[in-house]
Amino acid sequence: MSAYGSERQRRREGGARDYEGFECVVGLEVHCELLTATKLFCGCKNAFGDEPNTNTCPVCLGLPGSLPVLNGHAVELAMRIGLALNCTVQPSIFHRKNYFYPDMPKDYQISQYDIPINTDGYLDLPSGARVGIVRAHIEEDTGKTTHSGGGGRIHDAMYSLVDYNRAGVPLVEIVSEPDIRSGEQAREYVSELRAVLVAVGASDGRMEEGSLRVDANVSVRRPGEPFGTRCEIKNLNSLRSLGRAVDYETRRQVDLLVSGGAVAQETRHWDEQAGHTVVMRSKEEAEDYRYFPEPDLVPLAPDAAWQERISRAMAPLPAGRRRALLDSVGAEGPAMVERVATVVAQDLDGYVMAAVDAGAPGALALSRAANELAAACAEDASLLDALEPGHFASLVAMEARGDLTATQAKAVLAEMLTSGEPPEAIASRKGFEALDPGSLRRAVEEVVAANSAEWERYKEGEAKMAQFFVGQVMKATRQKADGKAVMALLADLLRGSAGAP
Amino acid sequence: MIGSAQDPEQAPVSREEVEQVALLCRLEIDDGEARELAAQMSAVLSHAAALLSLDTSGVDPTAHPLPLVNVLRTDEVRESLAQGDVLSQAPDVEAGRFRVPPVRRRQPEEP
Repeated sequence: MSAYGSERQRRREGGARDYEGFECVVGLEVHCELLTATKLFCGCKNAFGDEPNTNTCPVCLGLPGSLPVLNGHAVELAMRIGLALNCTVQPSIFHRKNYFYPDMPKDYQISQYDIPINTDGYLDLPSGARVGIVRAHIEEDTGKTTHSGGGGRIHDAMYSLVDYNRAGVPLVEIVSEPDIRSGEQAREYVSELRAVLVAVGASDGRMEEGSLRVDANVSVRRPGEPFGTRCEIKNLNSLRSLGRAVDYETRRQVDLLVSGGAVAQETRHWDEQAGHTVVMRSKEEAEDYRYFPEPDLVPLAPDAAWQERISRAMAPLPAGRRRALLDSVGAEGPAMVERVATVVAQDLDGYVMAAVDAGAPGALALSRAANELAAACAEDASLLDALEPGHFASLVAMEARGDLTATQAKAVLAEMLTSGEPPEAIASRKGFEALDPGSLRRAVEEVVAANSAEWERYKEGEAKMAQFFVGQVMKATRQKADGKAVMALLADLLRGSAGAP
Repeated sequence: MIGSAQDPEQAPVSREEVEQVALLCRLEIDDGEARELAAQMSAVLSHAAALLSLDTSGVDPTAHPLPLVNVLRTDEVRESLAQGDVLSQAPDVEAGRFRVPPVRRRQPEEP
C-alpha cells in the first residue's frame, strides 16, 4: 500500500482530524422520550416493549370524534428540560404537521412550530465548550414501523408492519445551534445532554431502546466562511454511531469539494455495519408539512409561580455535581477531572462524598469509585444496591490506614458488592490482618533464602525476577503482603548484599 | 363583499396550485374538479383577504377562540382498547401489527 493510500485509509477510519483546511460544522436534533406514565394526549400507557397495538385508544389512533387533552406531567418535564438548558420558558401553542406516512394514523403529528415552549438556551460541556440551544419543544412520537421482506432493509422492503404503541408518546425535541466542530464533540454534547435529561427525571437515557434519538446536520466550510450546504444524517442509535457518522460525513463532503464537486442538500441514512451514509431523499423530495395551529388544543402559558415551583424542586445537574465533587475531594489535574466525570456519570458521587465526610482521603475514595465501583456498575448497576455509603467509607479508611493493601481492599470491595457486609467482617474472615513491618521483612528474607538460585539471577540484574519474589511472598503470607512494600524490601536487600564484601 | 368565484380577476389560486395541494393530500382530481376547486379556493382566500383589510392594530393576537390556557390532564393510565378491536378493521394484519405497503422505494445511489 502506498503512503498516500494508508494515509487515506487512516482518514477514512476517522483517525485524523485534518480536513485539508476545512472545518466540520454540526448541529444536532435530539428527540427525548419523556418518562411519563401515559401518552401526551391520552391516558394510554407509555411503555417500551409491550405487545404491539395494546396501548392504543381512539385519540392516539386518530378515530373520528376523539379529542386530545395535554398531559400536565409531560409539560412539567419539558419545563425542567428548558430550565436545565438555560432556556427562556415562554407561552406556546401547538401545530399540526401534516404528512402521509403510516406511522401516524391521524395523518398529522401534533408538534410545536413557530412558538415552542423553550427557546434560546445553552449547554456547557465538560471540556469547556458551550453549545447553544435553539429550542426544546414538545411533540408526540410516531408509531413504530418494521420493514419486512428483502432482508429487512428499509430500501428493499416488500411491506411494512406498524405498531401504534409508541404513537402519541410524549417527546421533547432539543435543537442545538451549529456550534459543534467534530464527531468527538458531538458525542460529548449528547453524553452531557443525556446526563442532564436523566438528572432532571425527564428520560431514562436508553439510546438502545430509542428513548434518546439523534439526527445530525453536518456541513463543512473553511473557517470564517459562511456555512456550507448541509446534510441531515439519520439512524444514529449510539454515541459510537454518532461519532463515526459525523467523521465519515465530514470526510465525504470535504472529498467532494476538494475534487471540484458540490454538496447536495439531502437526508442521508447511516449504515453502521458498512460504516457509511447513503442518500434517503433529496431536497426536491422534501415534504411540505403545511403546519397550522392545532384547533383542538388551547395555548400553554406556564406562569411564573409554576416555573418557580419546578425550578426549586430540580435535582442538581451533572456539571454542578462534578464541581462539588472536585471541591470536596480537593483534586486537580486532567486525570482527576476524568475520574470525577466517570463517578458522576455513574451516579457514584454519593459514595465518595460519604467517604470524605467520614474523614477518608478523597483521592483514594475517588480512585476506588472511578475504577472498581464504576467497573461493577458497567457490569451490573444493581450491584450497587447492596453497598452502603458508610461501608464504602470504612473500606477507604482501612486502606488509607494501611490495614488493607490495595489488592486486599479491592477483594473486600468486590465481596461487599455481593454480600452487603461491612468491610471489617469480610477482611477478618479472609484473614486480611495487616502484617507488621517486622514479619513482612522476615517473610521476604525467608523467601530469598529458600530461592538462592533465583536470588543470584536477580542480583545479576534480571529485573523481572522481582515479580517472582513478590509472588512467592504473597503466597507465603496468604496475600497479606503489600506488593509495593515487598518491592521496597527486595531493593533494600539487594543494596545490602551488593555492599557486602 | 366576497369576491366572485367566477371572476378571473379575483382568482389568486392557480390550477397548478390546486394540483399541488391535491398531491400533498393524496387526492386524485380531474381537470373539471381542478377548475371548480380553483374557483372555490379563490373565493375562500378572497374572503380572508377581506378580513385582512380590517385595521386590527388595537386587537391582541388570539391563538384560540376560547379564552383558555393550560387545559391539562393528570398523568394517570386509562384502559386502552383491546388489540383485537384495534386490528379488526385493518385491511391486513401480521403478528399483531398493521401490514401496509412498503413505505419507501429503493434508492439507487450508493456512496
